[in-house]
Amino acid sequence: MSKALERIYNGLIKENPTFVLTLGMCPTLAVTTSAINGAGMGLSTMVVLVLSNVFISMLRRVIPDKVRIPAFIVIIASFVTIVQLLLQGYVPSLYESLGIYIPLIVVNCIILGRAEAYAYSNPVIPSLFDGLGMGLGFTVALTLIGACRELLGAGQLFGFQILGADNVFYQNASLRPLAMFLGEYTNISIFIMAPGAFFVLAFIIAAMNRIRRSAAKKGKQIAPASDCTGCMGKNCAECAGGSKEGASDQKQEERISKDSGSAADEETASKDGGSAADEETASKDSGSDAKPEEAAKNGEGESAT
Amino acid sequence: MKTLLIIAVASALVNNVVLSQFLGLCPFLGVSKKVKTAAGMGAAVVFVITLASAVAAVIYQFVLAPNGLAYLETIVFILVIAALVQFVEMFLKKYMKSLYQSLGVYLPLITTNCAVLGVALTNVQKSYDILTSVVNGFATAAGFTISIVILAGIREKTEHNDVPESFRGMPITMITAGLMAIAFCGFSGLL
Repeated sequence: MSKALERIYNGLIKENPTFVLTLGMCPTLAVTTSAINGAGMGLSTMVVLVLSNVFISMLRRVIPDKVRIPAFIVIIASFVTIVQLLLQGYVPSLYESLGIYIPLIVVNCIILGRAEAYAYSNPVIPSLFDGLGMGLGFTVALTLIGACRELLGAGQLFGFQILGADNVFYQNASLRPLAMFLGEYTNISIFIMAPGAFFVLAFIIAAMNRIRRSAAKKGKQIAPASDCTGCMGKNCAECAGGSKEGASDQKQEERISKDSGSAADEETASKDGGSAADEETASKDSGSDAKPEEAAKNGEGESAT
Repeated sequence: MKTLLIIAVASALVNNVVLSQFLGLCPFLGVSKKVKTAAGMGAAVVFVITLASAVAAVIYQFVLAPNGLAYLETIVFILVIAALVQFVEMFLKKYMKSLYQSLGVYLPLITTNCAVLGVALTNVQKSYDILTSVVNGFATAAGFTISIVILAGIREKTEHNDVPESFRGMPITMITAGLMAIAFCGFSGLL
């Protein structure tokens, strides 16, 4: 159980796919015009990620090494199609607003990356939780960016008018001063347009860089800055596995130990257990990351006005 | 002819594939350090997207749509694109050495470029016919080339500027891209 929690923690904070690994940037920028859209995209991606991780992990002894990437893509594309049809049937409004970015989940680096870096060399249950953790991390990140953009650009949060002339606080007489105060806000509509996405993400990554630098000064290690620029073909897998050192070693180990029974699973498990201690220290920093990040975002809001 | 021209201008400038649709962002940010490589990448993208949108349109019109298999578009398109890129690479290597030397290194990077799949799917969504699909694909790719070359030019000029330490690398590139996106918003008055 602790292993499962560790995977979720890993995906959510320590190796957050958006803020730490900077993977899957295209949907991150495109659909985060509102918090709801961000959450919807994140959850759709999470479903695909969990299902594909589970399946790839189940089939990891069947898929030949040489054709594994095409095999992964077919599996992922099938699940994406399923999710797409389900959304179209049951949540048509979300389907409309996410549009072409739903089928494009196929080329999202996170999914192929996790398949290659984790699911292909680990048992089913940890892979499931890995998918869950990474998916949650992605969802949280997208919702956060979406919320920032929606608040700055439209004065709303999850569709409720928080800022601007006719905000929800006017409905409650005792909150009138607050409502008047917030009513002074003028929407910076650039934030829900395309350029705003670039600005918000630039400030978030800059904040991450700063946190990483100050952590390095204290001699601690957060997951390495990924120089990889995301979905660049075969680098994809290496990027996603960037902080997971020796993914290929593990695979080799597994292949060797296939002859000698199921030693591989135990071996990988113990390896992760061993590195968990180091991860603990690193993750303490990333726990306190949220505040500077917020500060940076506020600063950005001011500079834009 | 007029509608084709309008579609071309719309996808090249007004709805620029990178700056307003955020497709193909990874090569856009990754391969834009030098104008020369950016132009090479742009040429490879024009080549692949034009070809891929033609092939995808043909497959959709003659194989998927008549057999009621339209829901398989995502799977079929991604496999076709991956195979096509491999095939193009092999073909160029064998028969067109000089072109291979200039475009070859970029080709594998394009396989999972979401712009290629994105254009193929957009063509289907807007139910363009084959000719319109090809024009739309070419114009979209041209838009990509325009923006990546401009970004590379700006990055070459600003390379030695004194940027705050946290903003070096990716963040300042994104801010540059954001400012470019604002500029490209101006094109929306064209149509």
